[in-house]
Amino acid sequence: MTEIFVVKAAEFGEGDRRIVRTGEKEIGVFHHEGAYYAYANQCVHSGGPACEGVMIHKVLDVIGADRTYQGQVFSDEMHFVCPWHGYEYELKTGVCAGDRSLRLKKYEVVRRGDDIFVIA
Amino acid sequence: MNIQTPVNEVRELHFDRFSSSDSLAKAAEQARKRNYQDFLIVDVDSHHYESESYAEVFKYIESPVLRRSFMESASRGGRSSMLGGSVGYQDISGRITRHWLRKHEKVEGTSHRDIVTTKRWMDAMGVDYACLFPTPMLFLGTHPQVEIEVALSRAYNRWLCEQILAEEPRIVSMLYLPFNDPEATYQMVKDFGDKKGVVGFMVTAPRYKPVHDNAYMKTYALLEEIGKPISFHAAYNWNDQSLTLLNRFISVHALGFMWFNMVHMTNWVVNGIPERFPKLKVMWIESGLTWAYSLMQRLDHSYLMRTSDCPSLKRKPSEYMREMYFSSQPMEMPEDPSILEATFKMINAETQLVWSSDYPHWDFDLPGVIYDLPFLNEQSKRNILGGNAAKLFGLDPTPVKNIPGASPK
Ligand code: FES
Repeated sequence: MTEIFVVKAAEFGEGDRRIVRTGEKEIGVFHHEGAYYAYANQCVHSGGPACEGVMIHKVLDVIGADRTYQGQVFSDEMHFVCPWHGYEYELKTGVCAGDRSLRLKKYEVVRRGDDIFVIA
Repeated sequence: MNIQTPVNEVRELHFDRFSSSDSLAKAAEQARKRNYQDFLIVDVDSHHYESESYAEVFKYIESPVLRRSFMESASRGGRSSMLGGSVGYQDISGRITRHWLRKHEKVEGTSHRDIVTTKRWMDAMGVDYACLFPTPMLFLGTHPQVEIEVALSRAYNRWLCEQILAEEPRIVSMLYLPFNDPEATYQMVKDFGDKKGVVGFMVTAPRYKPVHDNAYMKTYALLEEIGKPISFHAAYNWNDQSLTLLNRFISVHALGFMWFNMVHMTNWVVNGIPERFPKLKVMWIESGLTWAYSLMQRLDHSYLMRTSDCPSLKRKPSEYMREMYFSSQPMEMPEDPSILEATFKMINAETQLVWSSDYPHWDFDLPGVIYDLPFLNEQSKRNILGGNAAKLFGLDPTPVKNIPGASPK
């Protein structure tokens, strides 16, 4: 395993992302609400750049106590979306929203002083 | 553990620039790994956004009165105009980023922007020839004014032939037929059948004139005579009475893209059009494959009990269908590949299936949907990815693509 330098923490603001290439491998590194996440930039669908799309909160149907439909809302849970066809992934886990048996490979991110590394 | 500083490459994401080649870099990687440079790949269904070239297209409208109306209405964007839009959030509310980023794509040189950007995605995917279709015009068959369908389709076809097909040999097309006017449809085949890059003609499926109407017979006869296929390109009409029951685009897409082709196919077969035009080649585009699997069984099931309903038929409906061509996208991918294998068998995929990407639309397919199938041998893969279409369209089977990063042939 290798620690790969990604970016200086000061240059990696809230909501920022970096794509790290090492050999054949690409890893998407995210900074969201003070935490860092990293996943393989390889969509489980057709191999698209899963980490390079929009970040958007999960959408929920609102069903009332009487089980009637009351519209839709964004939940607090953040997703990122593969830009090729729209597969959505949970930012905190890398699990595919449409099929929880599928997930992106997760990588550990470490901060040493002002440097952010991903372990690949 | 090694600490490695700096790394090979770290890049930022930018949502204010776009390149077809960069956005498909992983497709090119797949193309290189699978050695697509070694064989022909033909995409029978891809798109551009002709609306971005309306200023050029409208100049080709033959009637000065309509030309003025089109140009005037195009100049007041956002207000009601000569052309209706279609309800449908195909880009999943902005999640398909290329739909809104593509305006940033930079194009240099003198070639038309659509030629440059089309060749970029073709090379990235490993495509040698692409059959290019319009996008908003897929809904033109439901325009209430027949003369508008005729005027715009003639203008678009002339523009396409002169500005795109004449200039770029790797781009071909099956030209739009203004099917609501059977006489203009016939005239279109007459006028454009021998133009460079015209490999057939296309009917957009959402429309309300049945394909067995006697008025179309002379067009079918002419197409049969010149040996070029007729194709039916699926799309939806959310205002269709049945489809208005659906409240989400996923539903309209799932049903709508099959619905009109199921209707046209049923009329086509039951009325014995294949018996009347045995050499006419027919292709069904963008309905996926499961509809054909289902419809073959539905029609065959009733046929022997109700031969009096379709006395022109000399064989089972499925036997005629099995002689037609089917474009692959959006290819349904059941978890159990034996289900897909059965569908391939049913439609005689080895000779009748033709791969399509539908790029750049939201649910495009890569050649890998065929190339990675476990139950096909290499020859069958190559037939479906390019060989079948090359025969149908009369294309040279020598690969001409230029996959980024691949060693040249
Ligand atoms: S490749 Fe990611 S959604 Fe298709």
